Amino acid sequence: MNPAAFDLRSRAETLGAALPPLLAAADQLAATVILGEHGRRRAGMGDDFWQYRPAHAGDSARSIDWRRSARSDAHFVREREWQAAQAVTLWVDQGASMRFASAKGLPEKADRAQLLALALAILLLRAGERVGLAHPGEEPGEAIAPRSGRVQAQILAEALALRRTDADYAPPLTAGVEPRSLVVFLSDFLGDPAPVEAALAEVGARSARALMVQVLDPSETDFPFAGRVIFQSMAGSLRHETRQAGDLAQRYRDRLAERQDRLAMLARQSGGRFHVVTTDQPVTAGLQWLYHAVEGARG
Amino acid sequence: MMPTVLGLGFASPALLLALVALPVLWLILRAIPPAPILRRFPGVALLIGLTDRDATTDRTPWWLLLLRILAVGAAILGFAGPVLAPDRAAVPGTGPLLILVDGGWADAPDWTRRAQAVNDLLAEAGRLGRPVAVVSLADAPQPVTFRAAEAQVGHAAALAPRGWLPGQDAAWIAALPDGGFETRWLSDGLDHPGKADLARALLTHGAVHVTEGGTSLVALKPPVFADGAITLAAERPLAGPETAVTVAAIGPDPSGSERDLAQLPLTFAAGATGAEGKLDLPPELRNRIQRFEILTAHHAGAVALTDDSLKRRKVALVSDAADKEGLQLLSPLHYLRNALEPSADLIEGGVSDVLPAHPDVIMLADVAQLTDLETQGLQDWVSKGGLLLRFAGPRMAAADPLRLADDPLMPVRLRGGGKTTGGAMSWGAPKQLAPFPAESPFHGLPLPDDLRVQTQVLAEPDAQLTARTIAALDDGTPLVTRKPIGQGQVVLFHVTANADWSNLPLSGLFVQMLERLAISSRPEDQAVNLAGQTFVPRQVLDGFGRLADAGALAGVAGEALAGALDAGPSPAVPPGLYATAERAVALNALGAKVSLQPAAWPAGVAVSGFTAEKPVDLKGFFLAAALALALVDILAALMLSGRLARGAGAALGLVLLLTLPVPQARAQETIIPPGTSAADARAIQATEGVVLAYVLTGDAAVDQVSEAGLKGLDDQLWARTAVEPLDPMGVDPAKDELAFFPFLYWPVTAEAPALDGATYEKLNRYLRNGGMILFDTRDGDGSSLDGSSPESQALQRIAAGLDIPPLEPVPSDHVLTRSFYLLQQFPGRYVGAPVWVEAAPPDAEQAKGMPFRNLNDGVTPVVIGANDWASAWAVDEYGAPLLPVGRGGAGETQREYAYRFGINLVMYVLTGNYKSDQVHVPALLERLGQ
Repeated sequence: MNPAAFDLRSRAETLGAALPPLLAAADQLAATVILGEHGRRRAGMGDDFWQYRPAHAGDSARSIDWRRSARSDAHFVREREWQAAQAVTLWVDQGASMRFASAKGLPEKADRAQLLALALAILLLRAGERVGLAHPGEEPGEAIAPRSGRVQAQILAEALALRRTDADYAPPLTAGVEPRSLVVFLSDFLGDPAPVEAALAEVGARSARALMVQVLDPSETDFPFAGRVIFQSMAGSLRHETRQAGDLAQRYRDRLAERQDRLAMLARQSGGRFHVVTTDQPVTAGLQWLYHAVEGARG
Repeated sequence: MMPTVLGLGFASPALLLALVALPVLWLILRAIPPAPILRRFPGVALLIGLTDRDATTDRTPWWLLLLRILAVGAAILGFAGPVLAPDRAAVPGTGPLLILVDGGWADAPDWTRRAQAVNDLLAEAGRLGRPVAVVSLADAPQPVTFRAAEAQVGHAAALAPRGWLPGQDAAWIAALPDGGFETRWLSDGLDHPGKADLARALLTHGAVHVTEGGTSLVALKPPVFADGAITLAAERPLAGPETAVTVAAIGPDPSGSERDLAQLPLTFAAGATGAEGKLDLPPELRNRIQRFEILTAHHAGAVALTDDSLKRRKVALVSDAADKEGLQLLSPLHYLRNALEPSADLIEGGVSDVLPAHPDVIMLADVAQLTDLETQGLQDWVSKGGLLLRFAGPRMAAADPLRLADDPLMPVRLRGGGKTTGGAMSWGAPKQLAPFPAESPFHGLPLPDDLRVQTQVLAEPDAQLTARTIAALDDGTPLVTRKPIGQGQVVLFHVTANADWSNLPLSGLFVQMLERLAISSRPEDQAVNLAGQTFVPRQVLDGFGRLADAGALAGVAGEALAGALDAGPSPAVPPGLYATAERAVALNALGAKVSLQPAAWPAGVAVSGFTAEKPVDLKGFFLAAALALALVDILAALMLSGRLARGAGAALGLVLLLTLPVPQARAQETIIPPGTSAADARAIQATEGVVLAYVLTGDAAVDQVSEAGLKGLDDQLWARTAVEPLDPMGVDPAKDELAFFPFLYWPVTAEAPALDGATYEKLNRYLRNGGMILFDTRDGDGSSLDGSSPESQALQRIAAGLDIPPLEPVPSDHVLTRSFYLLQQFPGRYVGAPVWVEAAPPDAEQAKGMPFRNLNDGVTPVVIGANDWASAWAVDEYGAPLLPVGRGGAGETQREYAYRFGINLVMYVLTGNYKSDQVHVPALLERLGQ
């Protein structure tokens, strides 16, 4: 494991340890064929024994547990607990715009987004869910398929630590999103909104739901600039010069609010939710929201 | 003079024109917007398409503009060379300019200021093209001519205060040129004869500006010796508040170097112009005084030279008549005794008794028979500078003429018998004195009419008789003859010392003659005493009170000298030391009958003081302000543009903090509660830890070496042993408490005086109670302790009253040789001089199985040596050796051994004979074995 990945994982473990195991909600439970560790406390398809019940008419002969039935006169059917695991696909913006921190004491947005994503992943993995990544990992393939198990956290951590693009704004990826699963987008959503809408349309097409978390630097919400300023995007693709930066502040904030409204609407349309975290807030607050959001999405 | 604006003068005022450009700068600065800042900002995507509503840019804020304008303005002012309070007294004028300085010694205290003022006036006159004359009123009057200022610069540079005060101001009036001119008079503030007249005369030519010195002048009157004490009087021209001055008596010490022999504080009462004090000194000290000086005053008036009048000669009176019972008035010595007693120290006795006392003068009254031994002794004494004064008498007249002829102590050969005139059995009347010849020391003394000589001894006429006669009767027979022998002389009065043969001893002339022979001295009647003689200046006093060799100055008639003694010196009679063959007369800058009076100026004279405030050059200040403003501007610009990192302020603070002085780490500060007396504070300091102490000798160099030496020893003790002494302290055994110090280092100087009884008692108590003193005569380079060197004698003086047990050189088994290091010798800066400690008891016996004797107890109270240890130990403030020891590597080894001795000594002081207890080891082991 490379040191950056190790560092990221250990910090995420620390953060995740503070929350109780998270039960993933799965409203498409019945349709899920792959069973998770978590029983639904009702008879169903699964590996673990649930109960013996007297055989009814209509039970197939194959379903009768002959070993149990031989101990008595009646026939018994061995029922197993119904277990289900939800698939959660994470997408963390790897664009250059995320590598921004306005002040020395603040973390970069990408840092914060990765931390949140991995903490969530660890919580979910601990609860037995399957977590995947919409990015390609170190292994070949265009995405990391959702899997369960502690090892997956390791794989996710290493994949997140990879730096993939130098473009200013990266379009959201939806590769590997399973139908009726949950997708979590972590980005600043400051770039062109069209790819975002396309991605959400794709998510909707797969009957999946989207949780959108906008990670912003405080200076991006407040716009504390004045005087003659040339603004430049992180990679330098965009430039804007103003003589009175202070005069732009209100209009900038209006545009930001407008963008956030649109994102929230998009999220709602997919049955998900939208949330803004800033890097000067405590990171647990963001995770708390994600925890509740995933629970709520379970519905 | 430089132009002034609001009290500010400018060296290059043209630069001020640049100030006009400031408003332009303002406009330019306003027009140029601040440079844009490049910011990386991911939110820029949201900004695309937003336009500025206001086309104009942010202006530079007005206060930043003001800051910059001020910075530039300060720089312009700074480069223009601003000067605060330039010499406003210098008012430009036209026409010739006469610069007068008094030029007497009263100018000396602030002469540099006066010379500067003259130079300033000359420089300004040169700029204005005015002809100038520079005149020192103390010089002899000569016609004043105006010349170009440049031509006068050299003359002005040669001006120096004279040793006398100007006294011929009136005579200068005639020397003034015709026509109008302006006068600048740099006055010493004293009134001189004719000063007001001169000022009035100057006013008829033009304006007169007087600049008076503001110094509080104090001058010393010639010292007067009366009633066994020297009376010193000081004078000041203006009655002011109470002031104290200190007068030092300066003369050679026994080693011949000049030093303060005594000091006398004089206090001017408030409102008084005079102060007086009496100085009572032993004759030995008094005779050595060469001059008195007011300390801290540097002018001739503060110096009073002394001459014979302060000296008391030692006169031995010898007569053969001691065994002859007779009336006192007939005693040959009676009149001599009475004449000399007030002014000389008298010794009486036989020749062999008085010679060892080294008298200045020996008087033989009618002594004809001298043994060969006495003759030889007297001859030696005379040839070394003694004055032998002989008087004739019946015995001399009756002596064998052949024998007298052989006597080398006779100025002339005498004929047998004497000559009696005017008696019952003789022809003629008693003889009178003839006027003294010019080469006689008595020349100029008035002859009383009633002087009669009845009887005298006669000299054989020969070739030398006339030359040797210094007084004769009117018939030409010699009355007083003299002959030089070596550096001294023999003088013979051909009459008796009593009134038997003449009434000379009864007359005032007799006393005056003795005075002329420098046998006695009386300050009265100087005019008579000096008259008729020529005095040659030996040393002269300049205006600053410095003595210099007189060189080839012409001699001065006694009458002129006597006048100058009263009225003060003049160009013809400069102050200094005048002498004839027999006597010396000191002429001081302040005449005995002169009193200092403040100058009174006639109306119309503009009087001002010297400008108290020196012109202050403000250039540096303005430039520094400009620089500071520029720095503030940088900070402000950074702050405005947001580029001022938050850390910058902290960094700035850190830099400021680092420049603050950091307290010394090793300094062991003793916290002394407030309200503690000095003695208590000292006690607290001394008892904070082990403190090695040294005795203050009064010789600063020795004390410094002592302190540095103990400091070096301290360092070595810190480094090598468990003893961690504090900084050494100096103690004065007479004043300071000694009980705090386990160890005193006492360097003995040659001049060290014996101590008084209380101090001895204190020191003995200290020694009895376990203190130790290391006496160091510091002369181990040769003379060692055989008692011959001055230091050894001083040590004997000091140690006489101390309770010191019998001593012996350190035996090889002494604890000192092994208290820390094993040592065989104890070098300091010198090696080899024996070191003395308390002698071991005689019954000490060799300890069994040990290389040393069984010596219990008895830590020596003193260690005496001559190896100058402190010099070897001494380190400077950086811990490097202060003084060289030996040569090269061997010297450093010697220094190391010196340190080892010091450490051994301190260990010995602190642990006593602990090491000596090793003798008991076998016994202890044996006891443990049981």
